[in-house]
Amino acid sequence: MSQVTITINGKPETREVEDRTLLVQFIREHVGLTGTHVGCDTTQCGACTVHLDGVAVKSCTVLAVAADGAAVTTIEGLAEGGTLHPVQQAFHEHHGLQCGYCTPGMIMASVDMIRRHDGVLDEATVRHELEGNICRCTGYHNIVKAVLDAAEKHRAAHAAAAE
Amino acid sequence: MYATTYHRPKTIAEAVALYEGSEDASYLSGGHTLIPALKNRLAAPQHLIDVRAIPELSGIAVTADRVVIGAATRHAAVAACEDVKAAIPALCGLAGSIGDVQVRHMGTIGGSTANNDPAADYPSAVLSLDAVVHTDRRVLAADDFFQGLYTTALAPGEILVRIEFRIPEIAGYAKFRNPASRYSMAAAFVSRHRDGKVRVAITGAGNGGVFRWSEAEERLADDLTPAALDGLALDPSLMMGDMHAPADYRAHLVAVMSRRAVENLGRTYIL
Ligand SMILES: Cc1cc2nc3c(=O)[nH]c(=O)nc-3n(C[C@H](O)[C@H](O)[C@H](O)COP(=O)(O)OP(=O)(O)OC[C@H]3O[C@@H](n4cnc5c(N)ncnc54)[C@H](O)[C@@H]3O)c2cc1C
Ligand code: FES
Repeated sequence: MSQVTITINGKPETREVEDRTLLVQFIREHVGLTGTHVGCDTTQCGACTVHLDGVAVKSCTVLAVAADGAAVTTIEGLAEGGTLHPVQQAFHEHHGLQCGYCTPGMIMASVDMIRRHDGVLDEATVRHELEGNICRCTGYHNIVKAVLDAAEKHRAAHAAAAE
Repeated sequence: MYATTYHRPKTIAEAVALYEGSEDASYLSGGHTLIPALKNRLAAPQHLIDVRAIPELSGIAVTADRVVIGAATRHAAVAACEDVKAAIPALCGLAGSIGDVQVRHMGTIGGSTANNDPAADYPSAVLSLDAVVHTDRRVLAADDFFQGLYTTALAPGEILVRIEFRIPEIAGYAKFRNPASRYSMAAAFVSRHRDGKVRVAITGAGNGGVFRWSEAEERLADDLTPAALDGLALDPSLMMGDMHAPADYRAHLVAVMSRRAVENLGRTYIL
């Protein structure tokens, strides 16, 4: 057992956990944030994607004790009060989900992607960079549309802010 | 996953002492090979020794003739490094072709090289670029490092510290990916070194893991063009065959990827 403190969505969370506890278990079972999903046991589906110290990772393949002292953002940490994050809003408008199971991971991966590319994205890049996220409903078409729309808005907002 | 005890040493000496003081320990780096194996109970070390807090294992340095990468350096860091891109662009392209974005944010070059998966990407670069592997106790030439499927010259408890790649005159990497896993189904790393020697390393295909294709090297040493490889074939009995691709298909793919690597010197070609 180890005492682990991880700052999740800005709030430090300290728990006594077994060393074998995965980050996703820490988030879901110990902290009770169940927006982060588990869809596979092969590190392939991306449903568990969160941001660990600012980059998208699969939280099913990180030990919680190895993330001691780190900052994590989950899907619950994106919206500001009642206002959806622009990427969440774009998924809503473009119907970028069917059953919704992969959606938290898709959104966390997309937020990371848009940030890394400063919103400058084309369809081929979006499809390529979503390789680590699987949608069993095969709803990729609208997911890609949503990401491109959110990226464009991100770029425009930054261009406006720079002026 | 079975119960285990996690350690995060800050020095190589501490890590080795922890390893030697326990009956059943395993080093942990990015965890993107080891943790899936632990989750499926295919491995159950009693102690996990995380090497990522050891300073010597971090960082990238580029000199006039070497690219030196610490073992705990993540794939994404190599893919994005401008100095590496200027020295060996194919190495950045290779790192950027591993798995997916999230995998590249965690997986490390040392973990990949130490693991020597027959379908992993890095072993081909280590072998083709005639790299030197530095461990906590010795220095190994790439030709002596890889010793068959999932097998390397590393002794139990030996830590891979950094890899020194020789900067070639030019190099290219061509990879045919398994569409589900993104691991290579056949990939060729071709380098012409500054002394004129050509080294061709093949990964994903050989039934003994990564290997040098010496017949291709001989032909390319005289004539570094795709046409130089025309008619050259590999013996399918030396290739892996599985549900993804039978051995004769893999032998064919190796030849195609080798030509593509030569066509794309200075770049990567990822299919
Ligand atoms: C979905 C998915 C897709 C992937 N696709 C690809 C791909 O396309 N191509 C590819 O090449 N790889 C791929 N990988 C593997 C990935 O690159 C792994 O990160 C890599 O193989 C292992 O590196 P790691 O740092 O995660 O090592 P770990 O999993 O931490 O360790 C792997 C092994 O190496 C040992 N080890 C680690 N560091 C050291 C060290 N410094 N000294 C001695 N021993 C050490 C460990 O004890 C363990 O046995 C994929 C993985 C996943 C999950
Ligand atoms: S649950 Fe983590 S990748 Fe599938």
